[in-house]
Amino acid sequence: MRRALVSAAFAAIGFAAPANAVDQQAFEQVERGRYLTIMGDCVACHTAPGGKPYAGGLTIATPFGNLLSPNITPDVATGIGAFSDDQFVNAVQNGIGSKGQRLYPALPYPYYHKMPRADLLAIRAYLNTLDPVSNAVEPNQLPFPFNIRMSLLFWNLLNFDRTPLVDDPNQSPQWNRGRYIVEGPGHCGACHTPKTWLGGDNTSQALKGGVLQGWFAPDITGQARKGIGDWSEDELVAYLKTGVIARSSASGPMAEVVVNSTSKLSDADLRAVAIYLKSLTPASAPAPAALAASDPHMVAGKAIYKDSCAACHREDGEGIDNLFPRLRGSSVVQQDDPTTLIRVILEGTRAAATSERPTGAAMPSFAWRFSDDQVADLITYIRNGWGNGASSVSASAVKDIRGADRPNPAKTGQAP
Amino acid sequence: MSHYALTRRYFLGSTTLAFLFGGATGAGAKTITGQQPWMAFAANPPTPELGNGLLFFIPSEFATIDAIVARLIPADDLGPGAKEAGCATFIDRRLAGSFGTFQRFYMQPPFANGTPQQGPQSANIPHVIYRTGLAALDAYSRATYAGKAFTALELAQQDAVLQAMEKGEAKFAGAVSAQQFFAMLLQNTREGFFADPLYGGNRDMIGWKLVGFPGARYDYRDHVSKHNQPYPLPPVSIFGRPDWQMKG
Amino acid sequence: MARKLPSRDVVIIGLGWTGAILANELTDAGLDVVAIERGPWRDTAESFNVGYAPDELRFAVRLDLFLRPAQETLTFRNNLNQTALPIRQFGSFLPGDGVGGAGVHWNGQNWRYHPTDFRLRSHLIERYGASAIGDLTIQDWGVTYDELEPFFDRFEKIAGISGKAGNLKGAIQPGGNPFEGSRSDDYPLPPMQMTYAPTLFAEAARSVGYHPFPTPSANASGAYTNPLGLTMGPCTFCGFCERFGCANYSKASPQVNVLPVLMRKRNFEARTECEVLKINLDGSGKRATGVTYVDTAGQEWEQPGDLVICCAFSLFNVRMLLLSGIGKPYDPSTNEGVVGRNYSYQTNSSVQMFFDNKTFNPFIASGALGQSADDFNGDNFDHTGLGFIGGAGMNCIPTNGRPILTRPVPPGTPNWGSAWKKATKESYNSAFSITSQGSSYTTRGNYIDLDPTYKDRFGRPLMRMTFDFPENDIRMSAFVNDKLATVAKAMGPRQIVANKTGTPYSVVPYQSTHNVGGAIMGADPKTSVLNKYLQSWDVPNVFVMGASAYPQNAGYNPTGTVGALAYWAAHAIRTQYLKNPGPMVQA
Repeated sequence: MRRALVSAAFAAIGFAAPANAVDQQAFEQVERGRYLTIMGDCVACHTAPGGKPYAGGLTIATPFGNLLSPNITPDVATGIGAFSDDQFVNAVQNGIGSKGQRLYPALPYPYYHKMPRADLLAIRAYLNTLDPVSNAVEPNQLPFPFNIRMSLLFWNLLNFDRTPLVDDPNQSPQWNRGRYIVEGPGHCGACHTPKTWLGGDNTSQALKGGVLQGWFAPDITGQARKGIGDWSEDELVAYLKTGVIARSSASGPMAEVVVNSTSKLSDADLRAVAIYLKSLTPASAPAPAALAASDPHMVAGKAIYKDSCAACHREDGEGIDNLFPRLRGSSVVQQDDPTTLIRVILEGTRAAATSERPTGAAMPSFAWRFSDDQVADLITYIRNGWGNGASSVSASAVKDIRGADRPNPAKTGQAP
Repeated sequence: MSHYALTRRYFLGSTTLAFLFGGATGAGAKTITGQQPWMAFAANPPTPELGNGLLFFIPSEFATIDAIVARLIPADDLGPGAKEAGCATFIDRRLAGSFGTFQRFYMQPPFANGTPQQGPQSANIPHVIYRTGLAALDAYSRATYAGKAFTALELAQQDAVLQAMEKGEAKFAGAVSAQQFFAMLLQNTREGFFADPLYGGNRDMIGWKLVGFPGARYDYRDHVSKHNQPYPLPPVSIFGRPDWQMKG
Repeated sequence: MARKLPSRDVVIIGLGWTGAILANELTDAGLDVVAIERGPWRDTAESFNVGYAPDELRFAVRLDLFLRPAQETLTFRNNLNQTALPIRQFGSFLPGDGVGGAGVHWNGQNWRYHPTDFRLRSHLIERYGASAIGDLTIQDWGVTYDELEPFFDRFEKIAGISGKAGNLKGAIQPGGNPFEGSRSDDYPLPPMQMTYAPTLFAEAARSVGYHPFPTPSANASGAYTNPLGLTMGPCTFCGFCERFGCANYSKASPQVNVLPVLMRKRNFEARTECEVLKINLDGSGKRATGVTYVDTAGQEWEQPGDLVICCAFSLFNVRMLLLSGIGKPYDPSTNEGVVGRNYSYQTNSSVQMFFDNKTFNPFIASGALGQSADDFNGDNFDHTGLGFIGGAGMNCIPTNGRPILTRPVPPGTPNWGSAWKKATKESYNSAFSITSQGSSYTTRGNYIDLDPTYKDRFGRPLMRMTFDFPENDIRMSAFVNDKLATVAKAMGPRQIVANKTGTPYSVVPYQSTHNVGGAIMGADPKTSVLNKYLQSWDVPNVFVMGASAYPQNAGYNPTGTVGALAYWAAHAIRTQYLKNPGPMVQA
């Protein structure tokens, strides 16, 4: 708090610390910074659709209203070109803006807080090499009272754990590296950890799945069935590298993460992440008993599956390696929250396309074809067929996600 | 707390723009570079033909069409026919679409009569063929059968009229020949009998059930090697089959 | 007034199979490439996904994926004595449209032309003497099968062709085509699982001494990853193949087998819904400067380029050359000129069989799932004394049971009423046809030029096609039809109906979209438009891909050879032309 006041005071006086306290041109500094920037996937939030990279302006929908991501190109007037190193680090690590204002945790600074200053300066060095883009963005689009930044003081007290990350001597260097990536720049928990009502991480459920922007980011702890416990290390590495493996195909925001970020990380780093995640084995509830095949929802769902889905995913749910994901035994399919499944069926999705696996196979949108009941029964069947076990899905859940203005066979008179 | 902010469009892949509308290449071009375009909910599904109202025919025309299709594919001991299948509705819908005005075809003049090998050269679009043809058909019927309209004829008389049209023995006044009209009627009736039910015909998949066509299925791997064995599953249309609805 | 755009290294007209192949090869060489396609972007998940792809009315009857005659068509007459009239509705052939072109909705039957096909004239004269040719204008291609062999192999591996080699490095292999040219490698996928009808056909064909083999198929027999890293799924025998896009990545197409890799490249741009009006030439007329195209708003644009590659459908390549003034137009009365010369087609026939007590399930099918026999194709048999040259492949490839268009009934069945209904029901599952797909040899009178009367929507003259089957081809087709009937008889049907082909050729019933020729390749610029590398003799920085290059047609589907020629030409451009732009063959 006092530091913030001091920084604000300096800014008010107009004292400008030199913007380039570190030699920004150092090749190895910039290279390291580029790698870390990719690891942090800064480009994903700081680029608007149709906009220049890192120039900000992306609308980020939060439960409290909208924010716009700021311009982090080195433009002096509208970007961060005039920031001092301290101001940059303070923003990313502590959530304090250049004018001393508190930043909304859409910027996941609690995660970046775990990065050492040297890493953040390397990122700064890389960002400084980008073309400056003039794009004035007013980030705060929240409605009252959330637009009062001082309220974040309270939020930080509850949710900002400033415990630094220290290597665990009982674990391998690889495990520690993996933890650094996951808990730090990778900020995996920003999506994969469920949130409290205040929008902070529910740390007791770390990485056990969370909802963000209408997607359910699944459980990525090392538990079997719902988590990635059944995945081999090789599978995890291949998934992060290409987004496409036999048992799963990254969709929605995760496909973007793969293409923008994880596909460009080293194999060693990806393996470290895999080792760390698989080591997380929190206690979990036993699998629910699968719905009986004779259940009327299952019978209907099976008929729909046979007619609509089997041509790609096969009648036995095995899919086709690296093209159509396997549904049998799938952890994505068996998450407690079926939001992602509902979205994928209604609006379709496209697999990540990387140079290693360039196909980018797409699942079509079925919203025009299936009623809410049919989507619900279909997903219930998938979640309970072939030895899978997970809660059934209701038509009202589908209806909420579909929304009133989306395609619906009821509008065409073809719904039964 | 709502989970459901589906308002954000997202572009997968690299951050550079996939679509450029306008700009140097002009407002009427779609330039694609850097990745394949993709959007949530993107789809180009068929447009079903709704309800029972008429889109092209007036009721008396529709009644005549209904009577015609009932003879072309009659209800008999093999099951329902074109009338029960809704072929008249199908034809009404078809005429209301691009087919009705031959919108996809080359309809520029000059129009000349050619050889049969050169294909249809008439300037008459289906709207004209049907409207004029129906009027001429009724005129022919009245002239031949003591003033009775086609719908008032006995079934055997209706068949005789249709046969005369098919063979070119019936002479229609005006630019639309009886043979030309009959050929289009027959073609459209067959289409209506066997097309997906979403288009207004083939109700309850009557046509498909007659011949044993399983409909809009896409995976026969489990039956490829079962030579000479009937296929066991019922037909499914694009908008499903009764088994898609939960029972009980 | 056309607005001028920044120049590109390569301008490609049309983004179908050859456009995608050339674009991918030349972007790999580091060039900036723009492909201009007059149709829309097409994509598996949006344009033809599993939810609405299986719609016969929409795609097979209304022809949603095809070129609309209102956008472009041609005029037609059988001979010089007639006045050509517009093909107002496509019938006999169905040109494609859009990104992927006909590569989206082809059946997937994929062949290598025979070694003798490439030097047809020389070969036949060697074997039978010049009199055998008569007044047919068949020619050698200027390139040999051996030169193309590595590129056949390349295309087959890119497309994931399923089949069984019959001739591997000179050694005949059991189960394959014993007549085929020698292959350096087997097919990348094994043959498809067979359905009942082709199995019966193969047994019957063998019983009468012929040599059937699985039709080489671009419908994948299993999951496959091609050399570009693109993945195909296995064909699911849905029976919605020709005229339809494939919903599950199992039919080879530009979309599945090339475009995802091509579209990721920064040095490639696809410009859709823009129609190229002509290739522009400089003052000398010997160098192309680029193309002029019009967008959907009606604005004209000039796209300059150093290299122009014409990758439209064969017929429209010919029209492009005529409208652009590249090469001398052919005049049948003087037999001079080259553009439009040697247009040909495909000469087909069929034998239909009606069985008792058999269930064929015709809806379980795919576009290239079948058995073929080459015993009477090309010059695989001795023509001495037969009175014709050429031949036809015998095929049992029942591609579908879609009931609007595929409803066999015995001859004499009334067209409507209860009798029609009964015959339709009884025959639907217990009848099928076998076909002959035959060579189409060229004559002076079969050619393409520009129509004097009819125009397109821009006011440019339509193409005019003058064509009829030569007597030679009719005799050939009847001969092979009799052989088909022999096989049919051996299958023991209740009834056999032979449908032979006759003249005059009609554009009304569908026959084949294998329109070839009109911009043919050859060794002599007086009788060909292109040299052996598909480079224009007249304008060396223009290349013309596709089956418009075929001097005559053989008894096969053209696409496999189209693909090989595209890779062959791309290789020549990369290794020779780019290092030394100019004519690659001295005339």
